[in-house]
Amino acid sequence: MNRKQNPLYKTKKLSIPIEHYILLSSILFCIGVMGVLLRRNAIILLMCVELMLNSVNLLMAAFSTYHGDAAGQIFVFFIMVVAAAEVAVGLALLVMIYRNFKTTDINLFNKLKW
Amino acid sequence: MADLVYLIPLLPFLGFVINGLVGKSLPKPVVAIIACGTVLGSFILSILCFKQVIDTGAFTAVLYDWIAVGNTHIQIAFQIDQLSTLMMLIITGIGFLIHMYSDGYMHDDDGFHRFFAYLNLFIFSMLLLVMGSNYMLMFFGWEGVGLCSYLLIGFWYKNKEFGVAARKAFIMNRIGDLGLLLGIFMIFNSFGSIEYADVFKNASAHSDATNLICILLFIGAMGKSAQIPLYTWLPDAMAGPTPVSALIHAATMVTAGIYLVVRSNALFAISPSASELMMYIGLATAMIAGTIGLKQNDIKKVLAYSTVSQLGFMFVALGVGAYTTAMFHVLTHAFFKALLFLGSGSVIHGMGGEQDIRKMGGLSKALPITHITFLIGTLAIAGVPFFSGFFSKDEILAMTHGHSDIVFALLAITAVITAVYMFRLYFLVFRGNFRGTHHQKEHLHESPISMTLPLVVLAVLSAVGGFLGMPAWMSDNHILNHFLHPIVAGASHFHPSELFEFTVLGVSIVLLTIIIFATRNYYITKSIIPESDEKEEGIAKVLSHKYYIDELYNTLFVKPIEALSVFLHKVVDNQIVDGIVNGIAWCVKQSSNLFRLLQDGKLEWYMIGMVAGVLLILALNFLI
Repeated sequence: MNRKQNPLYKTKKLSIPIEHYILLSSILFCIGVMGVLLRRNAIILLMCVELMLNSVNLLMAAFSTYHGDAAGQIFVFFIMVVAAAEVAVGLALLVMIYRNFKTTDINLFNKLKW
Repeated sequence: MADLVYLIPLLPFLGFVINGLVGKSLPKPVVAIIACGTVLGSFILSILCFKQVIDTGAFTAVLYDWIAVGNTHIQIAFQIDQLSTLMMLIITGIGFLIHMYSDGYMHDDDGFHRFFAYLNLFIFSMLLLVMGSNYMLMFFGWEGVGLCSYLLIGFWYKNKEFGVAARKAFIMNRIGDLGLLLGIFMIFNSFGSIEYADVFKNASAHSDATNLICILLFIGAMGKSAQIPLYTWLPDAMAGPTPVSALIHAATMVTAGIYLVVRSNALFAISPSASELMMYIGLATAMIAGTIGLKQNDIKKVLAYSTVSQLGFMFVALGVGAYTTAMFHVLTHAFFKALLFLGSGSVIHGMGGEQDIRKMGGLSKALPITHITFLIGTLAIAGVPFFSGFFSKDEILAMTHGHSDIVFALLAITAVITAVYMFRLYFLVFRGNFRGTHHQKEHLHESPISMTLPLVVLAVLSAVGGFLGMPAWMSDNHILNHFLHPIVAGASHFHPSELFEFTVLGVSIVLLTIIIFATRNYYITKSIIPESDEKEEGIAKVLSHKYYIDELYNTLFVKPIEALSVFLHKVVDNQIVDGIVNGIAWCVKQSSNLFRLLQDGKLEWYMIGMVAGVLLILALNFLI
């Protein structure tokens, strides 16, 4: 089908339909979640958290364009800032943990209980 | 004058503040000068007020709004009229004499400054009580004197019994105070104001509520003025230093109840049932306390029961509507009873703290001034003609005669009993042979001038004070009645016939002569000394045990309340309240024990929990 014949492209000025974005974001998010749940390496865990955040960012940017509303993109910036701060703290924690445990395996971090 | 009135209560209050805060570091003479000087200042100002009232009539000095709520304004205002100036003169005048006396009496006491601070606080509160122009201010003073009474009864607080006596006085007074407070609430409810002027102006308009108001006010008076059933605190209050007994528990505070009724006479005059009640309670109190006084062996206890009995006389007078007569007896009683108490203090001082009259005797030689003044006091209270007590007591008798013959007869018998126990006391203490230890005999001494001078002044007043209210056959001018007339417009004006007056006079002279010779014969010539309480039998035993009233109250009220308190402590508090609190804590602990297992420290589980939670929320969102 020609791009110009599709009414959606005409009205929304989008080259890729919104459903694709939603699908991609969902997949990315699920990968993130599964990574957090299944992996034991703390660095991977942080990366997976970033993945979840960024999947949401992507969805925000997509919908922002779709609705023609800039608020969503501004949110993205905020999330990026928070994510950067979070990663800074998280990595700092990890470095300290590594110095103490000589490992980044989260299953060994079980001192804080009861 | 009106702009200086506030100084009258303020001066003793300043004395209290100075002596209370820095008295400890001041030398004793300075403490005494501050305490006596402030009261003397109030006395002089009171005389000026008195003069102004005579010259130009009553006036009110408003200081400021105390409480302003909506349309209700309660002012700090002093009503200076005939009644309050009379009370002010008694309080500051006798108060000053007793302050002076205390300087000698308390001289070796460690709590010298504390004592004077309390006395000054008392004078301040008592002045507020009589000067206030509304019931609120009166109530403030009423509570203040109750507090001072408590503090001074328990002045020697290291003695546990004295502390118990102080508590008893305080609690008994609280019961009465509750009645007074309810009465004031009722007044506010009925009249919409508690200013004297507003209330008395509308007195007749609320005759339904008036009966209840009067009875409640009388319950307040019962507590403060030691009437049945709330009188048992007064004899125990003798635990305090003797000047306190003279000032608070004889001359001033206990007459606050009489003042209250006289002040509210516009209400009592239209409430016959409350007046009737007052008369019978007063009569019963006079008789019971008088008969108990016959068998007491503690010099101060005899005087204490005598005070209760005399207060009963005053309430009988109030009950028959003879308000000025009651005030007359308040006045003369303040003179002679303060004198008797101070005299007994002088005796106790001379005897080195001994209060048992069985160990006294023959003190007339060692304490000549005390002896003469005490004799004058005895003659006055016994009602020997032309001493002050004669005039006021005969006036009360005459007034009751016009009301009811039975009441008159019973009251006359009580008057005879008064004479008997007073002469018994006099002969046992001052005549006969000395019965104390050798050591006491060597140290017997007359008191210093600061103690004897007040005795002399009060003796003169006790002797001549009665001429303020001469009966009709002696003079047409009853000075006190004339003076108080504006206050008691509604009072009854009963004038007994001259025949009656002379009969009473003749009979009382004959009876008094018989009593004097009989008691003298019994206690001096036969030298019969009262035995210890255990050996008494029959009525004497009942009397020496004070009709077992204290025991009765103990079983009726004290024991059940104690049992209830123990129950509340051991069962309700320890088991129920603590059980609930501890039970909640136990439940929290047990459930925490379960839930803490969830926190196993494994990061994966937390993650799974979080994800499961989010999924659950999403699922619920879909479902609902």
